[in-house]
Amino acid sequence: MTRRGHRDPAWWGLAALALSAAAFFLLPLYVMAITSLKPMEEIRLGHLFAWPTQLSLDAWRAAWSGACTGVACEGIRGGFWNSVSIVLPSTIIAITLGALNGYALAYWRARGAALLFGLLMIGAFIPVQVLMFPLVRMLGPLHLVGSLPGIVLVHVIFSMPIMTLIFRNHFAALPRELFLAARLDGAGFLRIFVLLMLPLSVPMLVVAAIMQATGVWNDYILGLVFAGREHLPMTVQLNNLVNTTTGTKLYNVDMAATLLTSLVPLTIYVLSGRWFVRGIAAGAVRG
Amino acid sequence: MIKRTLNPAHFALLPMAFAAVAVYLGSMLWTLRISMSSSRSLPLHDFVGLAQYQRLFTNERWLHSLHNLAIYTPLFIVACLCVGFLLALLVDRQASGGGVLRAVFLYPYALSFIATGLIWQWLLNPELGIQQAAHEWGFGGFRFDWLVDPERVIYTLVIATVWQCAGLVMAILLAGLRGIDADILRAARLDGVPAWRIQVSIVVPMLAYSFATATLLLLTAAVKLYDAVIAMTQGGPGTASEVPAKFIMDHLFGRANIALASAGATVMVLTAVALLAPLFYARHRARRANR
Repeated sequence: MTRRGHRDPAWWGLAALALSAAAFFLLPLYVMAITSLKPMEEIRLGHLFAWPTQLSLDAWRAAWSGACTGVACEGIRGGFWNSVSIVLPSTIIAITLGALNGYALAYWRARGAALLFGLLMIGAFIPVQVLMFPLVRMLGPLHLVGSLPGIVLVHVIFSMPIMTLIFRNHFAALPRELFLAARLDGAGFLRIFVLLMLPLSVPMLVVAAIMQATGVWNDYILGLVFAGREHLPMTVQLNNLVNTTTGTKLYNVDMAATLLTSLVPLTIYVLSGRWFVRGIAAGAVRG
Repeated sequence: MIKRTLNPAHFALLPMAFAAVAVYLGSMLWTLRISMSSSRSLPLHDFVGLAQYQRLFTNERWLHSLHNLAIYTPLFIVACLCVGFLLALLVDRQASGGGVLRAVFLYPYALSFIATGLIWQWLLNPELGIQQAAHEWGFGGFRFDWLVDPERVIYTLVIATVWQCAGLVMAILLAGLRGIDADILRAARLDGVPAWRIQVSIVVPMLAYSFATATLLLLTAAVKLYDAVIAMTQGGPGTASEVPAKFIMDHLFGRANIALASAGATVMVLTAVALLAPLFYARHRARRANR
C-alpha cells in the first residue's frame, strides 16, 4: 500500500484528506497569528482569514508590557517570569522525588510501599477540585497559600503519582543484575542511585522534564488558588487579560497574549519532537 | 540478602507517604466529612447527615452542570477516538511526511486549555469569527452562533477540546499500530479482504488496549473539565455551560458554601470511580487478549 501505488487514485485521496486535516488543525493558529498582527480598525472589518494589509507588532508590544490584567497595566511579562520561577523548581523537585520513589519502589523492599503506591495511583485519577479545600486549610497555617514555595509544593504533590509511575516502570525494566552487582560491591542506597541509576536514566529524565515543564506551564487552576497575587502564572494573567477587561476588547492584543503564553510549550514541543511523544507513551501506562 | 534493620528506602519514601496519606487519602476523607456538616465559609464539625446532598440534587445549577457533563463526556470521548483513529491511519500511511503530519496533529495538545478556550472563543465569535467570514464569502444564511446559544454552547466546548486532544489519541494509537504484525495485514489483503474491512475487523480489535488507554485518559480529562470553560464561556451564556468542576470551585471560593461544594466533590469522585472501574477492567482484559 505504501510504495506500490504512488500514483493511484486512492493515494491521491488519502493525500488530499491528510492535507485538509492538517489545514483544519493549523487554521486556528494561523488565524490567531494574523489577527495579532492586524490593527483593531482592520479587525472590525471582518475578513477573519485575510492576510493583514499592513503588519504591526503593536499588539505584541502591548500584550507583553502594556495591557491591563485586572488592576495593573503592565502586560503579561510579569506572568511570564512568575511562570518561569514556578516551572523551574517544580520540575526539578518533582523529577528528583519521582526518580527516587521509582528507584526505591523498584529495588528496595519497604514495608507498606506497595499499598502507598496503590493509594498514589488512585490519587492520580481524582479531580483536583476534590482535594482543593482541605489542601488550602492544611497549607494555610504554614503560610504556604499564596506563596512561591506553596505553589511549587502543590505542583510537586499533584505530579507525584505520574512521575513515580514512569520512573518505577523505567527502573523495573533495567536488568536487576546491575543493582545486585553494585550491592555486592558494597554500594549503598544513595550511591547506587546517584552513580548507577541516574546515569542510566538520562533519556527518561529528559522525557519527564518535558512532561512536567509543559504540564506546570499550562496549569491554570492550581496557580489561581495557590500562587497568590504576587506570583500569578502566565495562564491566569492571560485569562484575566482576555476575560475581565472592561471597555473595548482589543482582539489583536488578546491573540498576541495567547500566542506569547503558548510560545513556551510550543517551543518545547517543536524542539523535543519524538521525546514529547515518548512522554505520552510513558504516561499512558497507568493502571 | 538486604538487611532489614535500617532501610534507607523508608526515608526516601517519606515524601511519597506524606502525599499519599495526608494529601490524597486525608483530603478525600476530609471532603467527605465536610459534606456531612452545615459548614458555610468555615469548616464546622456538626453532623447533618445527607442534607447537603439533598440540597445539591434540588439545586438547578448543579443538575444543569451534571446534565452538561453527561452530554459533553460521551461526545468528547467518541469524537476524540474517531478523529484520533483517522489521524493515526493517515500518519501511518504516509511513506514520507508522516513525521510532519504527526507534529501538526499533535501540537494543540501542547497548549493549555486556557489558550485553546481563548482561540475558539475568537473563532466562534458570531460577529467576527467563522460565521462572519462565511457571510463575507456570500453564504448569507450561514448560522454558526452556538457560542451564544444556551442550547448549543456545550457543543462548542466539545469542538475546542476535541481539536486539542485528538492528537493525543493519535499518538497512543500510533504506538499500538506499530505493534501490529504487518504479515497479518498482508495475508488479509492477499485473501482479497477489502481495505475498510481490514481496518474495522482486524486493526480496531487489535488496538483494543490502546483504545481503552486513550479512553481512560480522555474520561479523566472530561470529568476535570474546567479551564476550557473558564476561558471560553465562563459558564455562560447565563449558566448554560456550567460544569460540576466549576460549580465546586464557585461554591468553595466565590459563594462560600464549602459543605455544598464538598458534597458536589464527593459526587464527582463517585462518578469518576463508577466510570473508571469498568474501564480499568476492560483494559485489563484487552491487555491479556492483545498480548
